[in-house]
Amino acid sequence: MAKFDLNDDSVVVVIGSGAGGGTLSNELAQKGIKVVCLEAGGRFDTSDFINDEWASYAHLAWTDKRTTSGSWRVAQDFPELPAWIVKAVGGTTTHWAGASLRFQDHEWKARSTYGDIKGAALLDWPIDGAEMAPWYAKAESKMGTTGTNDIPRLPGNNNYKILHAGATKLGYKKVHTGNMSINSQPRDDRASCQQLGFCFQGCKMGAKWSTLYSEIPKGEATGNLEVRAHAYVVQIEHDAGGKVTGVVYADGDGKMQRQKARLVALAGNSIESPRLLLNSHSALFPHGLANGAGQVGRHYMRHTTGSVYAVFDKPVHMYRGTTMAGIVQDEARNDPSRGYVGGYELETISLGIPFMAAFLEPGSWGRDFTATLDAYDNMAGLWIVGEDMPQASNRVSLNTDFKDKHGMSIANVHYDDHANDEAMRSHAFKQGAAIYEAVGASKVLLTPPYPSTHNLGTNRMSEKPEDGVVNRWGQTHEVKNLFISDGSVFTTGGAENPTLTIVALAIRQADHLAGLMSRNEI
Amino acid sequence: MRVVDKTTRVGRREFLRTTAGAAAVAAVAPTVSGQALAEPLKTVTSPAAATLVQMARDLYPHDALPTKFYQSAVSIIDTEVSGSADTINLLADGAVELDAAAKKLKGMPYAAIADEVERVAVLKSIESTPFFARMRSGMVTALYNQHDLWIKFGYEGPSFEKGGYLHRGFDDIDWLP
Ligand SMILES: Cc1cc2nc3c(=O)[nH]c(=O)nc-3n(C[C@H](O)[C@H](O)[C@H](O)COP(=O)(O)OP(=O)(O)OC[C@H]3O[C@@H](n4cnc5c(N)ncnc54)[C@H](O)[C@@H]3O)c2cc1C
Ligand code: SF4
Repeated sequence: MAKFDLNDDSVVVVIGSGAGGGTLSNELAQKGIKVVCLEAGGRFDTSDFINDEWASYAHLAWTDKRTTSGSWRVAQDFPELPAWIVKAVGGTTTHWAGASLRFQDHEWKARSTYGDIKGAALLDWPIDGAEMAPWYAKAESKMGTTGTNDIPRLPGNNNYKILHAGATKLGYKKVHTGNMSINSQPRDDRASCQQLGFCFQGCKMGAKWSTLYSEIPKGEATGNLEVRAHAYVVQIEHDAGGKVTGVVYADGDGKMQRQKARLVALAGNSIESPRLLLNSHSALFPHGLANGAGQVGRHYMRHTTGSVYAVFDKPVHMYRGTTMAGIVQDEARNDPSRGYVGGYELETISLGIPFMAAFLEPGSWGRDFTATLDAYDNMAGLWIVGEDMPQASNRVSLNTDFKDKHGMSIANVHYDDHANDEAMRSHAFKQGAAIYEAVGASKVLLTPPYPSTHNLGTNRMSEKPEDGVVNRWGQTHEVKNLFISDGSVFTTGGAENPTLTIVALAIRQADHLAGLMSRNEI
Repeated sequence: MRVVDKTTRVGRREFLRTTAGAAAVAAVAPTVSGQALAEPLKTVTSPAAATLVQMARDLYPHDALPTKFYQSAVSIIDTEVSGSADTINLLADGAVELDAAAKKLKGMPYAAIADEVERVAVLKSIESTPFFARMRSGMVTALYNQHDLWIKFGYEGPSFEKGGYLHRGFDDIDWLP
């Protein structure tokens, strides 16, 4: 395995080893480029995963303090827990569910398609569906996405069968077990899904794609990739000319280290990436790196979400099998006659008793609540994933009142629902309830959003430097050898779970970086 | 379908002691349920402990659950608050506060009120206190994260050791129209 010197300024430093960073690291290493990937969390094996909701959360999730503000329900229910993000090698691809959907063509062009929506800062992506199609194909092949590359779809569990029965009764047509980056048959040296039911806690079978065991070991095998766990980057440094020279990080013993770099690719997910840029302010960049236009941290998106749980008279056991076991895609289209622009997907979800108690009706107590929980084994559930509107005031900023243990200001996450988000959520709640009522639900519960699992948009991609943070390649408008490689580059969010797009963008970016480097343009 | 046996087989005595009867028993001899705690609480003395256990059940009442789960939950919260000088008196003071509210509204200590609806009315009157907030939010994990309680909700939990649910009923629903 490669080991690079701290003073080796020919390496690419990648910050974060999740969907974006882990993929980029491997792709670059495959092309013969030397990479040091710095990851704040520890490194674990599939056998270390804990199939117990809270224990797994404590084991892998990012639990450093964050604060919230704004009128979103999460700020009220979980004021110090705006997001569920993992801090470990593999990032949130250890806990993700595997749903892997492409953007629809019109979603790359949200501003042109939806028009001028009051209060929304909509923008077209500088790239489109045709340009992304080959990169999506590479991502699906890499991740082993079911329903693509002749990979059969997964079998549906009880939770899915209920969704399917209700949805088809309502006349929905695009109902299936999803495009999941979970092996339905052995592939890529990984086993097939045994329906363990703990996708959100890390797949002990390794059936679900994760950079932890899919990308990173392959990159390491080339001899070009060194992954350093417990390396928490606190600052990105630059020279007098405004070019990035390396990063400072706290190692596992809390000692500060400086790793030099030819270029830096930041992939800490959409809360930590802007936080690190803002915390890297200097005399030359007084408002933070790459923040000359004041755009870093703005346009935070988290998808319009919510869940519908239904109680039946007979057993369901929704916890058995894949967590996201199936999908209804008919409402993902853009059809403003429904009273909002954009669309949403409905995907099955299930929580175990510990999370169900915490998230079903946050803050509730008493007999009404416990009567529902008593029927836990008779419950089915779905999750809404819809496009939310980017707003300049929805943002990640520094909360200078609190410092982390390295003395760096923590992140505050501010979010207000847009009227379009609220209209979409009520429509989705109504349709979700109708699906279950169509097959005899005796009770339907509308569950408010969980802490954000899809964090997007805080370093958005824009044609013009004044509208965003990075260009069409994820290169920051302001600093030539600084790139962003995670979901924070999303110009708009689409209705789809974001990871396939993050991975496709990372593969494409690696190709571009290799070109720039070989032509000595960077 | 492979269904889960979630019944708690308890005799009538246990039933009385754990559900509707709990308050009555506590009123007559408060130390009875207090003593039933496996270990004494760190921050609360025994009569107040029984009050807290009753409150715990009233917050998240599941008639099928034996008292031991509520006792464990209170112990867990007790251990949590014992760790900080800011919270070490929260439960003891809270139990006094709760009894004061009960006396004001119903003329007797909390655990002596026989009717659950009346106890809930007392709880509502202290809903905005930090003590109530801590007990309520603490219970969500302290109660529902007890592994041996899951099966009583029909939740089987981890399956890896058993080969997953692939051959154990993940798709065995048989009642759909
Ligand atoms: C429960 C759950 C289910 C999900 N299901 C799906 C799904 O089905 N489909 C889908 O598309 N998406 C899903 N997601 C979302 C998906 O996991 C994320 O979109 C994706 O992982 C984001 O990739 P990323 O590269 O932006 O960040 P991450 O994967 O979160 O990786 C970021 C990494 O950077 C590290 N890091 C951060 N700051 C620093 C620093 N300063 N120094 C060093 N390292 C740092 C972090 O520790 C982390 O490991 C789910 C998420 C969760 C929580
Ligand atoms: S259900 Fe399948 S994908 Fe999910 S954890 Fe289990 S084996 Fe892995």
